[in-house]
Amino acid sequence: MRVRDAFESPLLRLLGIFVGFSAAMPLAYLVWRTHELGWGEAWEIASSERSLRLLWSTVRLAVAVTAASVLISVPIAWLTTRTDLPWRRFWIVVTAMPLAVPTYVGSWAMIGALGPRGMFQSWLEPLGVERVPSIYGFWGSFIVLTLFSYPYVLLTVRAAYRQLDPSLEEASRTLGQSSWTTFIRVVLPQLRPAVVAGALLVALYTLSDFGAVSMLRYDTFTRAIFVQYRGALNRNSAAVLGLMLVVLTIAVLALEQRFRGREQLHRIHGGGARQAVTAPLGRTGRVVATSALGLLATVALIIPLSVIAYWMWRGARFGDPVLPDWSLIRNSLTASALGAVAGVAAALPIALLVVRHPGRLARLLERLSWSGYALPGVVVALALVFIGAQRLPWAYQTLGMLVFAYMILFLPQAVGAIRASLLQISPTVEEASRMLGKGPITTFRRIVLPLGRPGVIAGGSLVFLTCMKELPATLLLAPTGYSTLATRVWTATSEGFMARAAGAALALVLLSTIPMAILVAREEIRGGSSRGRRGASAGVREIPGSPGQSDVDGTAIESNPTEAAPSQRTPTD
Amino acid sequence: MNRLLKLLSLLLVAALLGAACGNDDDNDTDDDSGADTTAGAGSDDSDDGASLVVYSGRGEDLVQPIIDRFEEESGITVEVRYGNSAEMLLLIQEEGDNSPADVYYSQGAGFLGTLSEGGGLADLPEDVLDRVVDPALRSPNDDWVGVTGRARTVIFNTDVLSEDDLPDSLAEFTDPEWNGRIGWAPTNASFQDHVTALRFILGEDGAREWLEGIMANNPVAFENNGAIAEGVADGEVEVGLTNHYYLYRSLAEDPDFPVQNKYYSDGDPGALVNIAGAGVLSTSDNQDAAFEFMRFLLSAEAQQMFSEANFEIPVVADVEPQAGIPSIDSLVLPVFDLNLLLDLEGTVDLLIDVGAL
Repeated sequence: MRVRDAFESPLLRLLGIFVGFSAAMPLAYLVWRTHELGWGEAWEIASSERSLRLLWSTVRLAVAVTAASVLISVPIAWLTTRTDLPWRRFWIVVTAMPLAVPTYVGSWAMIGALGPRGMFQSWLEPLGVERVPSIYGFWGSFIVLTLFSYPYVLLTVRAAYRQLDPSLEEASRTLGQSSWTTFIRVVLPQLRPAVVAGALLVALYTLSDFGAVSMLRYDTFTRAIFVQYRGALNRNSAAVLGLMLVVLTIAVLALEQRFRGREQLHRIHGGGARQAVTAPLGRTGRVVATSALGLLATVALIIPLSVIAYWMWRGARFGDPVLPDWSLIRNSLTASALGAVAGVAAALPIALLVVRHPGRLARLLERLSWSGYALPGVVVALALVFIGAQRLPWAYQTLGMLVFAYMILFLPQAVGAIRASLLQISPTVEEASRMLGKGPITTFRRIVLPLGRPGVIAGGSLVFLTCMKELPATLLLAPTGYSTLATRVWTATSEGFMARAAGAALALVLLSTIPMAILVAREEIRGGSSRGRRGASAGVREIPGSPGQSDVDGTAIESNPTEAAPSQRTPTD
Repeated sequence: MNRLLKLLSLLLVAALLGAACGNDDDNDTDDDSGADTTAGAGSDDSDDGASLVVYSGRGEDLVQPIIDRFEEESGITVEVRYGNSAEMLLLIQEEGDNSPADVYYSQGAGFLGTLSEGGGLADLPEDVLDRVVDPALRSPNDDWVGVTGRARTVIFNTDVLSEDDLPDSLAEFTDPEWNGRIGWAPTNASFQDHVTALRFILGEDGAREWLEGIMANNPVAFENNGAIAEGVADGEVEVGLTNHYYLYRSLAEDPDFPVQNKYYSDGDPGALVNIAGAGVLSTSDNQDAAFEFMRFLLSAEAQQMFSEANFEIPVVADVEPQAGIPSIDSLVLPVFDLNLLLDLEGTVDLLIDVGAL
């Protein structure tokens, strides 16, 4: 088909392969280290009782956190898009905010607040409560990880909800189905791709998170890897655990593929241009919903922020310097902004290949792009230290190297968002551009980039936010002397200077709300008026008959009643 | 749209420029090393005012004031990479011959010993070695020195306990009366060094027995020493196995901090004195400046700063510790040499085995 020719450029493949190659570096490093150890011994470690116990505890945590995130996110998405919830806009922002809190800050605050002798216990003490149940171990890690990563699901589901065609639900209701049945049989299936996409981000994030599990003392692969690195300094046996984590990731990806693979592509008439009917909550409903959201905001935002404020106050009282240096803020912003640019730049070829040239190569590259995301930052960082110092001494310990690490670590976040946007661009537009004699690069610049901008911005913001919070890779790879807010929080807490850490932590959370605001604002615009968006952001005249279609990720479902080009089908495998 | 494109390209250019600047630095050091092998680096060093790269396993709040002072006095620029001692060692190992680091400043003797054993450290000049009063506090291979002493102590909550309530020996915390009252940090390097020491003092079986006894008392595992101090202050646990100086930092932030140190002595297994120490990397192309830095770390001025700011124990003869802190010669030094601490792997295996990790 002609459509396929629009980007039939070796350059694109070359770029894609380059990105895939980069993303595979940590994996190659792990394989090499394991090889050094010897595969026999590696197998012994992998099949030891401890490893199997780790496998179970890691899986258990990932499943629980993912399920809870979905259960929290779907109702919130509905409440904030489809109902007459009071202060709806306020809640839209607030419910996404916990993503701005790094888990190591969140856990630390949670211990201060809900620990066996934390603030919460001191309030209950007059009532004779000597000890509150311990939050350490599975439950604490589960609660913290859920609270600070559920917005990954919420953001994708909410976007999908906004673009859901209400006429299908109306039809269901007209045919006499109850609203509950309609939700289960009509709405939920359409939300599923979005739920699965968000759940994947949460599940793999849980696998790689170190902050929560180390502070709340729950043994997972990531924590075990750190213990190995910290204590025994046996890089090879740590690599075995890292490889096991990779295998687990492959399993999760296969699971996701299965879930989204069964999903049929469906087109929806009318798209976002139609306003969905607002469901009245009723007085009781409003009270219940508001208190539930209030409770969530208290636990996920107010408690961590007040614990930080308390530490600051305690330090300030005794004249400890609590405000972070400007240079820290500048460094954090610079590195994260460059990380976002690099993430987006690397994600574009992958997303283009996946959308326009589905096939073995595209699939392989997409899978590879996930490998860095699910590995603990320290593993990715050490791989780059090894490769950088040995092979690329000119790049080692430069900002470029750190940005490169960010790219590897957070690539999938950008790929997901950009792919969702690209799926909405009709290949016929690109085709037209090529037929008018423009080359693939011009077509990319004039057509794809403008039309895909929402995805670029959303993906970039998400990567920026995650880079701000990133710790282990920043510690190991940043240029010597280059401190960021995150590393500052770490150095201060590890030496017991809580007050000094608090200032940096607060700045970190507050600055992370900037990309959060961009994400949420984008969500609003996208949901508010898709016609406006299409006209405005494209900067080109709307081409009549350009088909759009739902994307397997479901992050954007918007369409036009013309037939979708078959070539636009997303690969299902 | 064009704006976005411009912004993107601008950011990219900025990134490339940043990387390019980094290149220049690195090329400079490359040139230095080239000069080293051919003619000696003296002239090169004076060119860029001599700069030094320190990998510090100790936090910025502790180390930076001393670095600042050194820069002021020597005119040598120092760049410091802060991190965890183990991670910094990993970094040096992964970097191999291309390590940009000149000095490794570690939280414990074990990591320095590991590096020394692999031939990663350069021999230190006599005058640096001689500053350290006790030979037990420096490398038997003469390639690293202890910079400050860090005593292992038991901290206790003064609201619920007095010093008399504590047992006379660390070994006795295995008594069931301490069930649920002990805090420790099994992933912490200082703690692991202590366990390595116990393996020599009490023997493998003795150390295992002690660990199992503590485990039977359901100790609360904290992430680091600072967290133990907070946990003891909050009353989450009543006693904590930690280093002597964490307490003083919390006291500096909050004078009402209800925690006190109990020092063990006279050959008790609880009386270990570990060090924070430093060595010069054998791959360093700037060893003269690095030795200068080592001299400064052991100077009376720096030792005084460590003592005042961090309550650590000076290792030189001419500086006294802060009031209330025992001097290095009054504490009984470990009978074995600190290089034995490098058998970390055996310790971690033991800790995993008894279920502490």
